[in-house]
Amino acid sequence: MPSEIGAVHTNGDGGLNYLNNGHGLRSWLLTKDHKRIAILYLITVSIFFVIGGVFALLIRINLLSPSGLFEPDTYNRLFTAHGVIMVFFFLVPAVPAILGNFLLPIMIGAKDLAFPKINLLSWYCYIVGACFGLVAIIAGGVDTGWTFYTPYSTSFSNSNVLLVGIGIFIVGFSSILTGLNFIVTVHTMRAPGMTWFRLPLFIWAHYATALVIMLATPVLAITVALMAIERVAHVGIFDPSMGGDPVLFQHMFWFYSHPAVYIMVLPAMGVVSELIANMSRKNIFGYKFVAMSSLAIAVFGFLVWGHHLFVSTQSVYLGLIFSFLSYAVAIPSAIKVFNWTATLFKGSISYDTPMLYGLGFIGLFLIGGMTGLFTAALGLDVHITDTYFVIAHFHYVMVGGSLMGFLGGLHLWWGKMTGRNYPEYWARAAAVIQFVGFNLTFFPQFLLGYLGMPRRYASYPPEFQLLHVLSTAGATILGIGMLMTISYFIWSLKNGTRATPNPWGASGLEWHTSSPPPTENFLTTPIVTWEAYEFAPMETMDVLGYPGEPHTPAQPVHSEHGTED
Amino acid sequence: MPETMHGILSLSTQSIMGNGLRPLLGMSWMLPDQASTYAPDVDNLYLFLVGLTIFFTVLISAAILYFFVKYRRRSNSEIPRPIAGSIVLESTWSIIPLLISFGIFAWGANIYLTEYTVPNDALDIYVVGKQWMWKFQHPEGQREINELHIPVGKKIRFIMATEDVIHSFFIPAFRMKEDIVPGPSRYSTVWAEATQTGTFHIFCAEYCGTSHSGMIGWVTVMNDKDYQAWLSGGAATGTMAERGAALFQQLGCITCHKSDGTGPCPKLEGIYGKQQDLEGGTSVLADDSYVRESILSPTAKIVKGYKPLMPSFQGIVSEEQLQQLIAYVKSIGTPVAAPAPGKGAAPGSVPAAVRPPIMTSSASESIPPQNEKAGSESQNTQAEASAKSAGVKR
Repeated sequence: MPSEIGAVHTNGDGGLNYLNNGHGLRSWLLTKDHKRIAILYLITVSIFFVIGGVFALLIRINLLSPSGLFEPDTYNRLFTAHGVIMVFFFLVPAVPAILGNFLLPIMIGAKDLAFPKINLLSWYCYIVGACFGLVAIIAGGVDTGWTFYTPYSTSFSNSNVLLVGIGIFIVGFSSILTGLNFIVTVHTMRAPGMTWFRLPLFIWAHYATALVIMLATPVLAITVALMAIERVAHVGIFDPSMGGDPVLFQHMFWFYSHPAVYIMVLPAMGVVSELIANMSRKNIFGYKFVAMSSLAIAVFGFLVWGHHLFVSTQSVYLGLIFSFLSYAVAIPSAIKVFNWTATLFKGSISYDTPMLYGLGFIGLFLIGGMTGLFTAALGLDVHITDTYFVIAHFHYVMVGGSLMGFLGGLHLWWGKMTGRNYPEYWARAAAVIQFVGFNLTFFPQFLLGYLGMPRRYASYPPEFQLLHVLSTAGATILGIGMLMTISYFIWSLKNGTRATPNPWGASGLEWHTSSPPPTENFLTTPIVTWEAYEFAPMETMDVLGYPGEPHTPAQPVHSEHGTED
Repeated sequence: MPETMHGILSLSTQSIMGNGLRPLLGMSWMLPDQASTYAPDVDNLYLFLVGLTIFFTVLISAAILYFFVKYRRRSNSEIPRPIAGSIVLESTWSIIPLLISFGIFAWGANIYLTEYTVPNDALDIYVVGKQWMWKFQHPEGQREINELHIPVGKKIRFIMATEDVIHSFFIPAFRMKEDIVPGPSRYSTVWAEATQTGTFHIFCAEYCGTSHSGMIGWVTVMNDKDYQAWLSGGAATGTMAERGAALFQQLGCITCHKSDGTGPCPKLEGIYGKQQDLEGGTSVLADDSYVRESILSPTAKIVKGYKPLMPSFQGIVSEEQLQQLIAYVKSIGTPVAAPAPGKGAAPGSVPAAVRPPIMTSSASESIPPQNEKAGSESQNTQAEASAKSAGVKR
């Protein structure tokens, strides 16, 4: 195994690290350190996650009774707030802005991101945009649903739509700036020896995500801006009475929002690759396939937006094309699941919390992905679209994928980020409770949806009640699991045991520096002479295929780096 | 058109399980009523995918659990031998899902083409979506709110428009759904043939504002005898075409669209269902959408040789009145009698016989849309109340 690279003396009490190098609010709010910015994101994004989660529970409480416990208007505002907050203020930034920001430079051996000031700007964009969203909610909320379909959003809903639109517009720039920073950093700031195919899969996933962010998010900004112009000036872009087309809005909206699913899931897939590799001490089976499948998902992700419009009066031929392409994007996702499973073969598998989340991710993403085959099947989608089946499907993908990846990554790197260990026993319990709660929440919704329960209903026919009650029970369990995690994480900041540089016996550059890392990540610039996920010398590696692939000779040179430079 | 595609795709998509599976497995908790001709096809694909999902979920979960137990970490210092990968395995688990996926694509596409190949010999039902109710008109003139009666075993073509936002007409028992998008040139059409009598939900599936979840209706499928009885018992205020003819006079359309073709606007007799040559060299099929667009945005597509003289009737005629006008244009343009038995207007000419009586009998009730709202809403609550008390079959 590669040994520690410098920095050992910073470990433990009294050592200088990024957390204690500068105190006071000013040193945080004006920081250019990617790790501190990641922590700023962690705090703010988590607050929005809790708000979005409370809205989710209120939604489930309303649906305990067929007649609905709240006024329809209240309910419509609740699900809109839940959707907007969770999508734009939590799922999109969660993994890239927190884990990506913290780890991407460390994993490639860089001192920081390429543009530290732009990185700080991106956090301020997030805060300002999210505040607009909050103000809109406090001012009475919006009842359009997070999709803002016209003409409802432009001609019928209240004027808070503008506030939310401005918020999303600004938050979009936060994503764009982060994506830009990631792309430039990966291209220009890799440590000596860190070749493209030595990059951890976390980096590949974030690189692919950054490409999607850069290309898709501007379209969201344009769409939201046009919506605002339409509201204020009635220029007839989407307004049919002036020659506009409401379906045009849907095309533009989904051109961003479908790739946005990959903005949420791809980074989580990167996390899961790290979890599986490190917790089973195996290199990822078919590293190059997994790396390239991230890029394939990013590319195909742009070609399938029309599958949200199968019943929107879009032409039958467009439906056929979008359905066909949607099946193409399923393949790279399937490859990842199979490869992660194969990685476990003959591994040394730990039962620790990050692994539980990693396996939970595979299970939930498997069901989420497989039910994607249902929704992409044209004739079947006509029946299930806009029902609870779709809700269940995208929660399995986005929450089961993104949230499980996020929590798994947070557990794996918690010690690295905070210098403290979380209580393992409670964490395992919470992971299991969340898995059970999640499935009890969303599995009944598949059945509800196929039975015909439409989404966004404040009240519903009584025959659907049993499944709704089950779902609410599941949401309660899931909520308890989340509360446990939040509690012990906060508890650990003061009471957790000190983290060592590499508590998991993991591979990757981030484990070669102290926990928490020093301000510039490494005391000396690392020189990378090993492959990704190299837990053992290469000469012992089994090569089952790849004719012509060179058998890399062993390079047992790692021990020198501690004193080098 | 889609028929060709349909033929190509149908080879690959025979319904594997047949129609008898559902009662055998007692799956009413899993499947809604199966009440249209294509509902069994949708369910078969669904059940196939459920099976496929269970297969892969069990397969991968079993592998994970097996590895998890068998290869659990026994000592904290152990480092397993790495495995780079296998081109054979990678190819296998890329190609097999690819083939399965494309099979599912073809199967789903085939059903989609069935659902969206709207037959021409269908009974037309006109649907208007409005915040927050469903309004229906039968060609025979009956109007309903949130309740719809249709005959079993007949193809029904739903011709749909919206008065405000996007709605989506969803009958789960028929596995049928289509958005209704506002716009002068846009009618949504969707069709179904009911296979069993009973009463089934109609939902609005596209979020449409405050009472979206209250936009629920019922479709009652009746056998033909009951349907005919229901029709004759309905409020007989003239067929849709007759109402349209009356409107055509009241709105003054007849002064320009003269039936002998001498007016400043094209004569409408005989145009429905035929290609119209337009200014600028293109042509357009004179269908429901085109007639609707010509009333609401008359200058959008000018017939060759005519001037853009006509004013827009946007905001002057309601969606129901538009549908009546279209039914009228259709009745004077369709070369064969309308499919509705016994009620078809005389083809090819203005039914002079009906014109004067309609003028007098319906002048008071067919025009004022501003009064309609209050009336409809009381009708609406009535209709809902009666639907709820009617012992709805589930």
